[in-house]
Amino acid sequence: MAAGTALVPMNIATAQENAAQEFSAVVAKHRLQIFRFLLSSTRDVDLAETLTQDCFLKAHRNWSSFRGESSAMTWLMRIAINLQKDHWRNRRMQFWRQTQTHSVDLNEASEWLPSGERSAEEQLLAKERVGQVGLAVERLSERQRTVFLLRYVEEMELSEIARATGLSEGTVKAHLSRAVGRVRTEMGGKQ
Amino acid sequence: MSIWDKIAGEPEGKAERAGLRTPAADDGLNTEQATELGEALRNFRLSIHAWSEAVYVQPRTVVERTQRRIWRLAAGWALGCVLVAGGAFGGIYSHLYRQQTVGWERHQQGTGIPATRAVEPERPAVVQRDQQTHNEEEDLLAKVDSDVSRQVPAAMEPLAQLMAGDETR
Repeated sequence: MAAGTALVPMNIATAQENAAQEFSAVVAKHRLQIFRFLLSSTRDVDLAETLTQDCFLKAHRNWSSFRGESSAMTWLMRIAINLQKDHWRNRRMQFWRQTQTHSVDLNEASEWLPSGERSAEEQLLAKERVGQVGLAVERLSERQRTVFLLRYVEEMELSEIARATGLSEGTVKAHLSRAVGRVRTEMGGKQ
Repeated sequence: MSIWDKIAGEPEGKAERAGLRTPAADDGLNTEQATELGEALRNFRLSIHAWSEAVYVQPRTVVERTQRRIWRLAAGWALGCVLVAGGAFGGIYSHLYRQQTVGWERHQQGTGIPATRAVEPERPAVVQRDQQTHNEEEDLLAKVDSDVSRQVPAAMEPLAQLMAGDETR
């Protein structure tokens, strides 16, 4: 045996168990984040739950093909974005189907704004601003909204967003710039 | 605490002095815009986080879709009832019809009027007429055949005369 290398024999069952443990850890770590992105994007709690489940199911099926070229979060986010796209495409195709939606306005999220150490007046103003941002985000195009949410809610780097959305970094910047511009315009118009 | 939280919580300009850039600054906003918009975006992010966490931990209730089941059950029963009623009505109707036919025949027999035989005497006359027409047609055809066979082309005239001579002989 070569010096300094110790080969530990590992059978298939042990490897599978390790993979399952790894995947469980990934689910535990990123599930809330994926759910949050899908919730803020779809504004539908049930749909976000379903898509989160689907995302991790798909990830589990393809876990063996994940080579770690990007972070697990970026990989999962990419799956979630694709699932969301598929969902909206199917909804558009099945326009005759009356499906129940439980979507809520994003500006309702302002009700959840933590009070912090603000005065009542500041709190009210902050809630109003959050509501305005929520409305502006709702009016963004699907791609702009995705990029905006990944950047400002999930705090992902531009390069990560580019990998997750499958766009170039320049395109991500352009979408983000337009999205921010529209949000600023909306906010300016309401003031 | 993330860089974003740190920067948003710090006094204006301190982030820039510290050489840190907010995401908004990265996206081409100036300091004032970044501060104003940055605060709104930060609050928006906090709201979304709080909302999603609250929704995430709350117990989910699964509502059973009993309404659809009831409809399906009712539709099944209705279809079953229609089939049974249709079968029964068809049976009764056919029974009554048969009884009525038998009764009518009996009634006709009782009154001495032959219901179906009244038409029968006409049948031989029709058959006879057809037979007669058929015979006439056959006679006509036979006559035409004999006339045609008697007409002999001019080239065959000597042979015909010869045959006629034989016949007379």
